[in-house]
Amino acid sequence: MNKTMMRVVGVILVIATFLLISECAKKEKPILGSGDAASAVYVAPGDYDEFYAFTSGGFSGQLGVYGLPSGRLFREIPVFSVDPENGYGFNEETKDMLKTSFGYIPWDDSHHPELSQTDGVTDGRWIFINGNNTPRIARIDLKNFETAEIIEIPNSGGNHGSPFITQNSEYVVASTRFSVPIPQADVPIDSYKENFGGTISFIKVNPDDGHMNIEFQIIVPGYDYDLASGGKGPSHGWAFFTCYNTEQANTLLEVNASKNDKDFIAAVNWKLAEKYLAEGKGKVRPGEHYTNRMNHTTHSAVSTRNKTVVTLDPADCPGLIYYMPTPKSPHGVDVDPSGEYIVGGGKLAAVVSVHSFSKMLKAIEDEKFIGEAGGIPVLDYDATIAGEVTNVGLGPLHTEFDGKGNAYTSAFITSEVVKWKLGTWEVVDRIPTYYSLGHLMIPGGGSMKPWGKYLVGLNKMTKDRYLSTGPELAHAAQLIDISGEKMKLLLDFPTVGEPHYAQGIPADLVHPNTTKIYELEHNEHPYRAVTEKEARVERVGNEVHVYMTTIRTHFKPDNIEGIKVGDVVYFHVTNLEQDWDIPHGFAMQGARNSELLVMPGATNTLRWEPKKVGVFPFYCTDFCSALHQEMQGYVRVSPKGSKLPISFN
Amino acid sequence: MIKKIGLVLITALVLMNCGGGDSEPAKAATPKLSPEGLTQDQIKHGIGPIGSLTLGPQDEALASKGAEVFELKCVACHKVNERLVGPPLAGVTTRRSPAFIMNMILNPDEMVKKHPEVKAMLAEFYVPMTFQNVTEDDARAILEYLRTLKGAEAPEA
Repeated sequence: MNKTMMRVVGVILVIATFLLISECAKKEKPILGSGDAASAVYVAPGDYDEFYAFTSGGFSGQLGVYGLPSGRLFREIPVFSVDPENGYGFNEETKDMLKTSFGYIPWDDSHHPELSQTDGVTDGRWIFINGNNTPRIARIDLKNFETAEIIEIPNSGGNHGSPFITQNSEYVVASTRFSVPIPQADVPIDSYKENFGGTISFIKVNPDDGHMNIEFQIIVPGYDYDLASGGKGPSHGWAFFTCYNTEQANTLLEVNASKNDKDFIAAVNWKLAEKYLAEGKGKVRPGEHYTNRMNHTTHSAVSTRNKTVVTLDPADCPGLIYYMPTPKSPHGVDVDPSGEYIVGGGKLAAVVSVHSFSKMLKAIEDEKFIGEAGGIPVLDYDATIAGEVTNVGLGPLHTEFDGKGNAYTSAFITSEVVKWKLGTWEVVDRIPTYYSLGHLMIPGGGSMKPWGKYLVGLNKMTKDRYLSTGPELAHAAQLIDISGEKMKLLLDFPTVGEPHYAQGIPADLVHPNTTKIYELEHNEHPYRAVTEKEARVERVGNEVHVYMTTIRTHFKPDNIEGIKVGDVVYFHVTNLEQDWDIPHGFAMQGARNSELLVMPGATNTLRWEPKKVGVFPFYCTDFCSALHQEMQGYVRVSPKGSKLPISFN
Repeated sequence: MIKKIGLVLITALVLMNCGGGDSEPAKAATPKLSPEGLTQDQIKHGIGPIGSLTLGPQDEALASKGAEVFELKCVACHKVNERLVGPPLAGVTTRRSPAFIMNMILNPDEMVKKHPEVKAMLAEFYVPMTFQNVTEDDARAILEYLRTLKGAEAPEA
C-alpha cells in the first residue's frame, strides 16, 4: 500500500468508527440525569412506563392513575364521587357503593392513597383511599382498577389521618381531624372541651379477599388528629398519629389552635390493643356505619348496615397509647424504611423533629413522663428525640425516603423539596417546586422498600405553569430525578382534581395481573341475559325489566313496544363480548341519570322513567366497530292506561 | 478499488455493531412464502396454536357440547344459513380446514391482521371476528358441531 492509499484507508476507518459509535449511541437508553430531561421522561410510542403513580383526587373524590416517568394520565377511577362517564353511582349496581348512615352521598374529598403491603413492601394487590368529608375508606382492586369496597367510619368528623397501613396490611388506620360529640348529641359548640372527643380506628383487612371491618376504635381527647404512619421492622405493631389543636379551641383555630409550642405525635401499640380486646376490655358502643362491597359475580354492590363498634378506652388499657410532644401543630408523620425514625413535619416550626423508636421504648421503660393529657402519658421531648433538621425551609409538611439513607421533606411556604440525611440530620440539597408544595411521593416511599429513582412533588398552586384556562386551573405535579446527589427537575404535568398524597409502584407488580374481561360463564347477575335467546322484556306491575344483550353490532331486543308513561323501566344490559377493550355503551333519550358503560361479560342496569308519549331511541355510546353507528334501537311509549301489550324483537 | 474496500469496511462495521442480536438467521431451508410472508401451511391451516389436524369419525357427544358453546359464544354474530354480523356457517368445514377453523376461533386478532383470505372477509363484513374467551377444548367441540351442519361434507385433513 502506498502512502496515499494508507491515508485514504485511515480516513475511511475513522469515518467507520465514528459511524459505529453514533449508531450505538442511538440505541442506548437515555441516561437519567445526563442533562437531557426530555429523553429521561420520554416513553416511546407503544412502550410502557416504569411506574404507576396513583394520585388522590382531593375534591374530585376520585383516584388518578398516571405513568412515570412520562406523566401520562391513564385513567381516573371513580371512588367516592359519581361518574356519569361509566355510570358509577348512577346505575343500579353501583348506587349502593355510596350508601352511608347519612343516606346516598354522591361526593367526597379523597386525600391519601395507600398501597397494600406484604412484609413491608408494596405488593400491588389493593390501594386504599380515605373519604374525608363523610368519613369513609375505600379499597380499590388493582386487578380491575375498580372500587371494590367502601366502609364508613363512625364516631368521626373529617377522616383525614387515613388510611395508612401496617406492614402486612393487617390494618388501615383512621383518625378524626374534627372531634365531635361521641356519640353524636345536641350540645352547645362551646362545650367542646367537655363534650367532644376523637377516635383512632383500626380497620382490619382480610388477607384473602381484602374485606375491611372496624376491629376497634380508641377514644382519645378532642384534639385534631391529622396524619398517620404505620411502624415497620422494629416498630411493627405500633402506629403513629399527629395531632394539633391540643388547645381544644372551637373557633378561630388559626390563632387559638396555634398557641402551644408543641402538640403531639400519638404512638399506639396496636398489638397490645389486640391483647386487651382478647381480654374483653373492648366496649360495644353505638356506631352506625355501612360496609358496601362490589361483587363481580353478580356485578352488583352489597350494602350492610352495622349499628355498633368496639371501643377501647386508654384509661382501661395502660401502655396502649403515649403522646410524644412535637413542635408545632405537626402535619405529616412518616416512619423511615428502617422503622427506627419517626419524622414529624412541624408545619409551624422551623425544624423537622425526628423521634427515635428505640429511645421512645426506653423512655417508656424509664417512665420519662412530663405529665398526662386526657389521661394519656406525655413523654419527655428530650427523651425521645433523635435529632432536629434545621434550615429545612418554612412550613415543613411531609417526608419521604429513598431507601439510601436520605429523606426528602416538602416545605410548603418556601415551595421546595429539601433533601437531608437520616442520622446526621444535615441538609444536603434543595430544589424549588412550582408552587406551594404539599405532599411528595417516591414510589414505595412510605414502605420498607422505596424505589428511589423519582420523586413527584404535588403542588397546591399552579398560577403560570401552563396555558391559562381561566380562574380554575389544573394542579401541577413535578417529576424530580433523585437518582444522583443533586435533584433534577425533569417534568411538569397537570393532574386531575386536587392531589394530596400519591403512591407509586413498579409497573411489573401490577400490569401483568390485570383483568381483561369478565367471564360470561360466571355472570350471576339476577337480571343477566348471557345469550341472545335469553333477551326478553317482562312487565311486573308498572315495572318493566328489559333483559338486553349487546355485542358488535346490535342490541337484542332493539325494538320495544308496550311501555307506558308512569312505568319504571330497567334496562339490564349484558355485554356478550369476551374480548379485551370492547365495552359497549347504552344511552336512553331522556334518562335522568347517566349512560351505562358495560365491560365485556358484565351486566349493568339503567333505570328510566318515561315521561313523554312517543318513540324514543337508544344507542351505543362507545365507538365499538365499523357498524357502531348502526347500534341503535327504539322504545315506543304509549299514554298511561294504554292497553298495548309488551312486544319486542 | 480503495473506495470499495472502504464501503465494505463501513458496511461490515455498521452491520456488526452493538453486539448483534438483530442479525437474521441463515435462510438455508426457507419455505416458499406467500406475498404476505405466510407459509403454505399458514395459508391453508391459519395462524395460531393449531397445526394441521386430522379428524376421525363424527363424535356426537362432542358435537352436542360444541352446540352448547356455540349457543353461548357465537350465535350473537353467526347464523347457520344466513349472514348476520359474520358469514353463515353451513358448509364451513368444506371450505376451510379443521385447523383453520380452530385458529380462527382461537386467534382471530392475528388472523384478521395477517391472513389474506380473512383480510378479504373483513373488507366484506366490516366487523372483525372477535375472541370470545373460548378454550382450545371448546373450539374443538365447536368444530365438531360445525361438521354436523347441513352442507358440511367430510372434512379434509
